[in-house]
This record gives sequence, C-alpha cells and structure tokens, in this order.
Amino acid sequence: MKKLSLALAALVASQPALAAAPLPNPGNNAWMMTSTVLVMLMILPGLALFYGGLTRSKNMLSMLTQIGATASLAMIIWVMWGYSLAFGDTAYAAPLGSYVSGGSYFLAGTDGYSTAPTFTDEVISKYVFISFQMTFSAITAALILGATAERMKFSAVMLFVPIWLTIVYFPIAHMVWFDGGDAGASGLLFEDGALDFAGGTVVHINAGVSGLVLAYLVGKRRGWPQEPMPPHSLVMTMIGTGLLWVGWFGFNAGSALEANGSAGLAMINTFVATAAGGLAWMVIERILGHKGSALGFCSGVIAGLVAVTPAAGNSGPFGAILLGILSSAVCYYFVATVKAKLGYDDALDAFGIHGVGGIVGAIGTAVVYQPFLGGPGDGSVALGAQLWVQVKSVLITIGWAGLGTLIAGFLVKTAIGLRINEEDESNGLDIAEHGERAYN
Amino acid sequence: MKFIIAVIKPFKMDEVREALSGIGIAGMTVSEVKGFGRQKGQTEIYRGAEYSTNMLPKVKLEIAASDEVAPLVVETIQQTANTESIGDGKIFVLDLASATRIRTGESGETAL
Repeated sequence: MKKLSLALAALVASQPALAAAPLPNPGNNAWMMTSTVLVMLMILPGLALFYGGLTRSKNMLSMLTQIGATASLAMIIWVMWGYSLAFGDTAYAAPLGSYVSGGSYFLAGTDGYSTAPTFTDEVISKYVFISFQMTFSAITAALILGATAERMKFSAVMLFVPIWLTIVYFPIAHMVWFDGGDAGASGLLFEDGALDFAGGTVVHINAGVSGLVLAYLVGKRRGWPQEPMPPHSLVMTMIGTGLLWVGWFGFNAGSALEANGSAGLAMINTFVATAAGGLAWMVIERILGHKGSALGFCSGVIAGLVAVTPAAGNSGPFGAILLGILSSAVCYYFVATVKAKLGYDDALDAFGIHGVGGIVGAIGTAVVYQPFLGGPGDGSVALGAQLWVQVKSVLITIGWAGLGTLIAGFLVKTAIGLRINEEDESNGLDIAEHGERAYN
Repeated sequence: MKFIIAVIKPFKMDEVREALSGIGIAGMTVSEVKGFGRQKGQTEIYRGAEYSTNMLPKVKLEIAASDEVAPLVVETIQQTANTESIGDGKIFVLDLASATRIRTGESGETAL
C-alpha cells in the first residue's frame, strides 16, 4: 500500500512515454481481484451471519440489514471521497499530509491503464487496488455494529457511518499505509515504521474502540445483564465464522499486494494462528471447569484471526501460533471477566475480541517479527524500539478512534438520536425498523 | 374411565410407547413440554456469561383407559420410564366423565 502517489506522479510526468509505463502482471492482478472478493465474502454473508447468529431472533434481520447497508454506503463513499483522503493522488506536506491526502475525488484521473505500486517493483491495476482497499473500509464500519446491536436505530447507523468513515477511518488508513514518497509527507505511523501487515490497527483496534465508545453513547440494552440474552443461532455463527476465516485469506495474504512468497507466509500464518486461537479458547474453558463450547471455538478463531492480521507477513508460523493462543487468552479474560466488572454493554464483543485481539496482535507483532522466533525481520530494529513504535501506533489509534467516534456519535445523537424507543426495542428491531420477521 | 397424564424424560418416550403397545394401549396424545420440579435446571454459558434455565424439556403423555386397565398403564409407565434419578417425572390419574369417537358418535368405553 505504498508509493502509490509516487508512481502516479511519475505516470503523469511521463505522459509521452505512456507506452513504457509499467504493466501489471496478470497473475498478481488476478490474485488481488480474488482477494478483494474474498474480503467481500467476509462482510456478506460472513460477518452478517457471525453477528446475526449472536443476536436474539427478533433482531436477526436488523443485524443483517445494518451490515449490508453499512458496507454498501462505505463503498459509495469510498469512490466519492474516501479513497482521496486515504490514498489520494495529491500528497500534502506535513503536518496535514501526515493525516490525509487529496485529489482524485470521484476517482478522477484513474482509467484502465492506471497502476498502483506493490512492495516490490511490480504494479497492479489501480482499479483493483482501489477496490481492495474499498472492502477494508466497508468491513471496518460494519464491525462496529456488533457493539451496538439490538438497540441502535437504523437511521442513526446510516448517519453515523459516513461521518465516522470521514473523520476516523480515512485518516487512520492514511496514517498507517500512505507512502508520500518524494511528493509529500507520508502517513504519521507509516513514517514511524509501525508494522501493520493487513490492518490490525486500521481495521480491528479502530473498529473495536469505536464500537466500545458508541456502545457507551447508545447505552445498555434494556434488561442487560439481568435478563438472559443467549445467541439465537450458533449454527449461523459457526457458518459466519467459517466464511470469515476463508475470506481472511484475501484480507491477509492479499495485503502482500502480489501473489508471492510474502502472501504465502501470510496465508500459512492465517491457518495456524487461527487454529491455535480456536483450540486455545476451548482449552481455557476446560481449565476453568466449563465445557469446550462451539461459541468458544468461534470466538477463539476470530481472536486468532484478528491477532495475526498485523503479523500476517511479519511473523514466522511459530510466532503466529503463540500469538493466536495469547490473543484467545486475553480476549477470553476481557469478554468473560472485565466486561462484567465494568458493565459496558458491548453486545457482541466487537471491542472484547476485535479491539483487544487487535491490541495483542499489534504489540505482539514486534516480538514475532524478530528473527529469534523465526520472524522475517533482520534484527536491524531492536525489539525494544520496535515495541515502542507498535505501542505508540496502538495508543494513537485508540485516541483517534475514541475521540472521533465520540464526536460522530454526539452529532448523530443531537441530530436524530441514536436509540430506538422502549417498545420497539422489546418487540425487536426486525418488525419495528424493517417490517419483517426473520423466521415465519 | 380414567384419564392418565404422565410427564416423563424425553429419551424414555419410545420405550414407554412400546411397553404400552404391549399391554394393548392403542392410542395416546404426546406433547413436548417444559417444566420444573425437584430436578435442578441446567446452566448455559456464552462467552463466560452464565444463564441458568430452571425449565427442562419433558414429554407429556395423555391416555384414556378403562377402569380395569388404568392401574396396569400406570404401573407400566412407572416401571419403564424409571431411571431411579431425580427428574424421572410424575403420573396423574383423573376420573374421565365421558369419551366420544367423532367419526361414529360412539361414546363410553367403546370409544376408547
């Protein structure tokens, strides 16, 4: 995700020599197109079913609809101004350029010959790169909705998402991934050398923290935690988990931007870290005297996937396994103990798993990157220094996401209100908001 | 005539039905019900949140029988559905005032 603007500047400057412009390798292009639709699979139906199964049956359609509509809205906004702010053709000077870019609104200036650079001297078609990044902004916005499930108004979601994408997602994506090259400033955290292969900070910490803040603004579900609110279909949740895992290969291995060895490393890590996470959660349940559960397995799988996201191409398989286990343990502690103690109603654990697992992954990446654990790092940056860079990127992401969500949430609350009324909440959002029932 | 209501453990249903067929009981009404008694409910845990359900699933049988057969029906159910543990269920016997077969209009014991 770097050197984009540099290549574009070069492209514009050398217009007479257009024939000599680098041509995308069809193999890389094909892999990136595949990866892009795999990330789409993560959203619909992956995340929709994963979250939907965890709600009560009266709120199933509301969850599915909110995710579908949010992702669709994010796609439209991405081509209008999202891509510009995150990866735009115009790189500004610092300090503005450390947070956003500009130009190429409505993708002006892009055509079928435009290319985007990868991490080597290859290029891929720019439309493919734009589409790939589009799916990331779509899934991040959708992930937040797990925290506010079963009580947030559909209209409030539709108003919150564009504001949040604009003031939170696009700047954070820019900060972590934008390489300004010679044309202007690079992203703030990119400049620091923060390791985030596929979006542990941009996607998971960001969505998790934003979900936590928004859940706080919306308030607890009526009756929580006294009333039992068990998931209505763990079968749906298991199907969603499987689709997320499969789609995650596009998310992680696709983030190599080429079909190369780095993508291969990301792929094997996405297998083993996830497997370790799923097993570890069930082992923890047994150690604590419970039964190894289906939901526990699903939760561990997601915890492993989230943690390996920043580490995907930045870790050896052994490091990835350790990361998956650690993430399951810390996430378990958060959803089972910390949430109950602090009393915030993060309904489907968007923060408890994506936020917390993302933090474990982002910080852990500094460790598993090191050669002594079989990581691909050459040891030129000392562990301590890398750890500090990672912690700093986590803190900045938490601060930006928290503050930005607070602003976006307050704006929506003032304008139209965030929450559904008491009667509609008790009847369920499906009938109240969409006029349908999931099951007849 | 007697009306016998038995609430038993679901997994004993087939065995009880076969045993009742063996003593000539030709029909009954069966429903899946929930309830609670001395048997403790079960605990469900979702991501560490514990929910205890005090309602447990049972099967309810309803059988109409003549005065002579009724004690045998009760004895058969009692012996077949017995696992010697709490929660095996209960059998209730009521006096039945009348019974009518809808197709023919017959009433009394011939309608059973």
